[in-house]
Amino acid sequence: MKADPKRVLTGAHYLDGDHAAAEGALAAGCTFVAGYPITPSTEVVERMAERFPRVGGVFIQMEDELGSMAAVVGAAWGGSKAMTVTSGPGFSLMMENIGLACMMEAPCVVVNVQRGGPSTGLPTLPGQADMMQAKWGSHGDYELIALSPNSPQECFWATIKAFNLSERFRVPVLVMMDECVGHMTEKVVIPEADQIELYPRRYTKLSPEEYLPFKTGKDLVPEMIKAGDGYKIHVTGLTHDERGYPVMTWEAQEKLVRRLIEKIRLFKDELVDVEEEQTDNADVVVVSYGISSRVSIPAIQKARKEGIKVGYLRLIIAWPFPEKKIYELAQKIKGFVVVEMNYGQMVLEVERATKGKTKTILVPHGGGWVHEPEDIYKAIKEAAK
Amino acid sequence: MEIIPAVTYTYLRSKKKFPNVWCAGCGIGIALGAIIRAIDNLKLDRNDVAMVSGIGCSSRMPVYVDFNTLHTTHGRALAFATGVKLANPKLKVIVITGDGDGLAIGGNHFIHTCRRNIDITTILINNSTYGMTGGQYSPTTPFMKIGTTAPYGNRERDFDICNLAKSAGATFVARGTVYHVTLLEKIVQQAILKKGFSLVEVISHCHTFYGRLNKEGTAVKMMEWQKEHAIPIQAAAKLPPEKLKDKFLIGTLWDVDFPEYCEEYDKVIAQFQVPPEDSEGKK
Ligand SMILES: Cc1ncc(C[n+]2csc(CCOP(=O)(O)OP(=O)(O)O)c2C)c(N)n1
Ligand code: SF4
Repeated sequence: MKADPKRVLTGAHYLDGDHAAAEGALAAGCTFVAGYPITPSTEVVERMAERFPRVGGVFIQMEDELGSMAAVVGAAWGGSKAMTVTSGPGFSLMMENIGLACMMEAPCVVVNVQRGGPSTGLPTLPGQADMMQAKWGSHGDYELIALSPNSPQECFWATIKAFNLSERFRVPVLVMMDECVGHMTEKVVIPEADQIELYPRRYTKLSPEEYLPFKTGKDLVPEMIKAGDGYKIHVTGLTHDERGYPVMTWEAQEKLVRRLIEKIRLFKDELVDVEEEQTDNADVVVVSYGISSRVSIPAIQKARKEGIKVGYLRLIIAWPFPEKKIYELAQKIKGFVVVEMNYGQMVLEVERATKGKTKTILVPHGGGWVHEPEDIYKAIKEAAK
Repeated sequence: MEIIPAVTYTYLRSKKKFPNVWCAGCGIGIALGAIIRAIDNLKLDRNDVAMVSGIGCSSRMPVYVDFNTLHTTHGRALAFATGVKLANPKLKVIVITGDGDGLAIGGNHFIHTCRRNIDITTILINNSTYGMTGGQYSPTTPFMKIGTTAPYGNRERDFDICNLAKSAGATFVARGTVYHVTLLEKIVQQAILKKGFSLVEVISHCHTFYGRLNKEGTAVKMMEWQKEHAIPIQAAAKLPPEKLKDKFLIGTLWDVDFPEYCEEYDKVIAQFQVPPEDSEGKK
């Protein structure tokens, strides 16, 4: 399925990451956005409020982020492609209904333009410290997908990809931007609509009599309906059976939650999305994402000039984590350097994935500013020893 | 004794989802009966009804009826329903909530959904307690009444739900009880027909917890209390103030018109949508 030309702002633009994400959502066919203003993501909702009615979509400013996320899950079941946008404090409030979206298997997208935390932290300055919250923030066991773009151009594509993945796997997909990427303005080229491939909603072809809302085939993802098209089903945040009715037993829990997890884990290899450069015969590989990946480049170049073989690996999909990729490299290199704007989050995953085959050095940063390339360079030297 | 008309059963997922979770004698089932009859009287297509609820004994209602039913998180039913309604405005969206679900954890969504005047019918079952979790005090537990978390008497004041809804902007507000079922059916019907946000407060009883803790007796006793304390709004106009002391009004308490949110949004779309052939949107 191709994008709708009416919604695609074809051409070369000078946009910041927030606006580019909004345009990505429009191109992806998003028809519903619920949001609550919060720096540094407000530009997205402002652009949606202006752009949406013009292409026939709905934007609503809710009373808080609890409500925004609940409305998004409701809109998904009402038949919309739905999204919300926020930053740290709002992301925390959304956790409750991100869990509901996982349980109800409601396709939807959440953009988090990360700022410095905890709490109100640094409203206008960058952070990358919500990465573990993205994975583990709602209670209970579940799997979801999180992307991390590092430029306005990629914010455009990542948002489209997020919608496509959310439809395919019927999970909430998170776009974990950071304030730098959200507010930096660069050239964004938006192609013709027929160059944008969209994954359509997996509507069932079965009749209401045959259809079971949570029965799945081999890929473990059920087919969907929307409220009002004759199926009259029940959906709930309670543990449920294939009919969608609550069942309070360990057997039902095992069957449902295992499937919610397996439907992503089964496709983990396919969900690897990294940008890799010179990792083939590297001695040191720098792992990073978002703005930190761009700050790493001068450090990598400096080290290379000195003859150190440095590879660059950037996570575009951060969750599920590309553990196989990391393990393969771990067997060949002297060490990983992980650059992220927190005191150690994705580095824990890198370390875990190496299974002790190589060392892992973290270059931390509290947020509010980006890393000094010099600090990254020093870590590369250390890792190369 | 009159036998419940068969029509009620035809709306139940009787083979799929029974028995139910409610205590024998609970008022929630009576409210459900009235809601079903109201929907049946209006001849609504069942496919077009979406029933959304939060969490609580009252919020368990949707699973038993053959509509589009969505059972969400505690307090979030109105926000969730706002998404459903905006995604598919042809749906008759009915929210079932409780005094805890709708007014404590969901209180913010409650006042803002009233204010927004989106076409959602909300049926709030007020049993003055948190039934599902075992009888803790709620935003409608009267002053000095007992809850398991107010063992020495509740020192907080209770909400007047209908006044709250009215002042927050709801365009239709009514109160009924599970004792006065015929009236309840009628006001639910009016509420569904109302274009805009409508609220029906249903005074109900939780004999299992609230009744036992406050020594108010059986379900029947508690329904007698409803009978003795409810005064139809028309009758109240003719009564002296002393006769209204400790009583509450039932019937349609507020009914005004104000532009409905979905229709207003459609106007925005109609006015500002870029026609497909217009290149202005691509500037
Ligand atoms: C976030 C959250 N907090 C607390 C609970 C526990 N809980 C379940 S139902 C309920 C109270 C429901 O009370 P009410 O809405 O009055 O409904 P009733 O059971 O009385 O019908 C509570 C506190 C929950 N499910 N979720
Ligand atoms: S606990 Fe109370 S409110 Fe819940 S079903 Fe029993 S009587 Fe009804």
